Amino acid sequence: MPIDNCRLTIADSRFTTMNYSSYIAFIPLLPLAGFAILGLFGQKHFSRSAGIIGTLILLVSAVLALYTAYNYFFVTGKVNGAWQSITALKYTWLQFSPGMSIDMGILLDPASVMMIVVVTFVSLMVHIFSLGYMKGEERFATYYAFLSLFTFSMLGLVLSTNIFQIYIFWELVGVSSFLLIGFYYDRPSAVAAAKKAFIVTRFADLGFLIGILILAFYSQTLDFGILTQRLTDPSQPYAAQITGAGFMGASVLSWALTLVFIGGAGKSAMFPLHIWLPDAMEGPTPVSALIHAATMVVAGVYLVARLYAIYLTDLPVLQIITWTGALSALLAAFIACTQTDIKRVLAYSTISQIGYMLFALGVPSFGTPDNTGYTASLFHLFTHAFFKSLLFLGAGSVIHFVHNNEMGAMGGLKKWMPLTHITFLIACLAIAGVPPLSGFFSKEEILLAAWQHNKGIYYIGLITSGITAFYMFRLYFAVFHNRQHTYHNEHGEGGFSMKLPLTILAIAAVLAGFIPFSKYVSFGAGVENAVPISFSIAPVAMALAGILLAFVLYYKENEKPQQISTALGALYRTVYRKFYFDEIYLFITKKIIFNLVAKPAAWIDKHIVDGFMNLLAFATARFSERIKALQSGSVQAYALYFFGGILALAAVFIYWMK
Amino acid sequence: MNTVPLTHILFVSTALFFIGMYGLFTRRNLITMLMAIELMLNSVNINFVAFNKYLYPDKLNGVFFTLFIITIAAAEAAVAIAIVINLYRNHHSIDVEDTEDLKY
Repeated sequence: MPIDNCRLTIADSRFTTMNYSSYIAFIPLLPLAGFAILGLFGQKHFSRSAGIIGTLILLVSAVLALYTAYNYFFVTGKVNGAWQSITALKYTWLQFSPGMSIDMGILLDPASVMMIVVVTFVSLMVHIFSLGYMKGEERFATYYAFLSLFTFSMLGLVLSTNIFQIYIFWELVGVSSFLLIGFYYDRPSAVAAAKKAFIVTRFADLGFLIGILILAFYSQTLDFGILTQRLTDPSQPYAAQITGAGFMGASVLSWALTLVFIGGAGKSAMFPLHIWLPDAMEGPTPVSALIHAATMVVAGVYLVARLYAIYLTDLPVLQIITWTGALSALLAAFIACTQTDIKRVLAYSTISQIGYMLFALGVPSFGTPDNTGYTASLFHLFTHAFFKSLLFLGAGSVIHFVHNNEMGAMGGLKKWMPLTHITFLIACLAIAGVPPLSGFFSKEEILLAAWQHNKGIYYIGLITSGITAFYMFRLYFAVFHNRQHTYHNEHGEGGFSMKLPLTILAIAAVLAGFIPFSKYVSFGAGVENAVPISFSIAPVAMALAGILLAFVLYYKENEKPQQISTALGALYRTVYRKFYFDEIYLFITKKIIFNLVAKPAAWIDKHIVDGFMNLLAFATARFSERIKALQSGSVQAYALYFFGGILALAAVFIYWMK
Repeated sequence: MNTVPLTHILFVSTALFFIGMYGLFTRRNLITMLMAIELMLNSVNINFVAFNKYLYPDKLNGVFFTLFIITIAAAEAAVAIAIVINLYRNHHSIDVEDTEDLKY
């Protein structure tokens, strides 16, 4: 009977695989096709229609993703009460040895299906928004080509079946992020920001790569499923080997997982690798909404979630992740309070929220590990994608109107941009965690998971949520209320293409919280971690206090904020200068690395390596200078050498070689 | 039979060779130098014939070589004189010291 059962499951899964494989590949490949078409021919042939083409392609992709999600969550995904991990597509790309190959494939499980919906949905909104925002831009088609490339890479990343595939797409999203940050390449600050983003994340990815190699070396596989199974099952030799081998006081497994997490922390802009994200705001605002708020920067969270089973076997690493996340959440929230560039405030808020997600993932490592953190983290990732992209698109709308990023240039925009005002307010309420908006639900789950496992983390989270509410409403009041400017603007709030995404995302930001998330996305058996009403009192009170404080300080134009910042003096300056992280990095790179490593290396290259080559060339030249007179052009001299040679040979043959 | 000993013949051919060599190094006229080279070739021919006659009288290898060398010398003379004519057209001289353009 069990054998029969088993066969049935196999047949079943083959059936579902067939079912998905007919269309699933189109979800990532359509944007790739869009990139190829728009990238090769866009500027010449589709300079006006590129936006429509890109958007339509993505619309198809998004519909397919939604259909996949429907198919997975409501039809075939659940077998015997457990969510299946379905390899919908698998293609062996590079075969190293019989057991080891790099595959390209598509993996469907609750997390990846949720992610493709988020990515295609937010990307679609950004595509539509850009129709208005980027209108008349000189490199309009290139912009859409890059957006398509990014969407393709991000979809490839979340659908990866193995750890090497995820790495390839990881780098691809890095490249598309680089291209889009540096989109205004005639602006030196944008070029610098693009370089910074690429170098910092690339530096972190070095850790990721080493981690991958260690994991692959010890488990003899790259596939997520087999990797997890081999490394978490203590009865197998792989797990014993990797935990048994030690390096500098920690097991190799801990090292590998930490290194992988460093890659994730770089991409997710966690302290101390966060420095690239605020600068990345040099890119076009819709790009920030897509890449630097909703999708790419949560790749680190997704990566940890993907390898969660392995992380659970090594709790100290998870605790590192927790503290990194919690610290990032708190510090970024502090910095966000002092920034005056509207996009930078949002950037720091993104860092803070991703910190939330990461410490939610890690916090079950204190005490008895359970899966509450996993669900809470991915739930927050889900809701955050909507309200944060809404915030960024709202900011884009405002910047489009005011033509300035600075909060000082804004104020009183409520009556000029009514729809942006409403949607921005909704997003602010959502991120502040005011019930019943989406952010409330996910944040409650995170805080509950923290409360159950580590009170210290919980209090950090609680304080952060109060600060979050404060700085978001500081932004809101400063932009839409406060000083009343008069604007001379010919294009108004923005066309239909800009209002539609704002509206849709606002609806999503309101409603996303009502999805019974733990029913769909959970680690292992889904357990509803019901939040008791009494638990919500503290976070909501914190949020309301934050909002109230922001209201007092920023609703009307007044001197109080200035006075407070003066009163805080050095403390304020430290936070305003972002805790001097950039300066520390500059000090380390410019003063220490450049002087102690780069300059000696350059000296060696210049004087020893080049010097040796120059010496060879010099010696050859001098030698030839000496003997070139032998080639005199005189035939008789040549004949003389010739006979001399023959005489010498004759002498050799006669006297020495007889 | 009272024959000329081999050494005598070799002496003649050696003398001929060095006379040719002397001519090659001392003359400046290209035609004369060519003639000197012909002398050297012919001294070699004499050697071949003499050795053939004295060492392997029943074989003809040396004689064949001689015939080949004569043929080649004729061809070589034709080529060399053609070069000399072309040189004269360009330099208006057949003096070997005027032909030192091909050098470093």
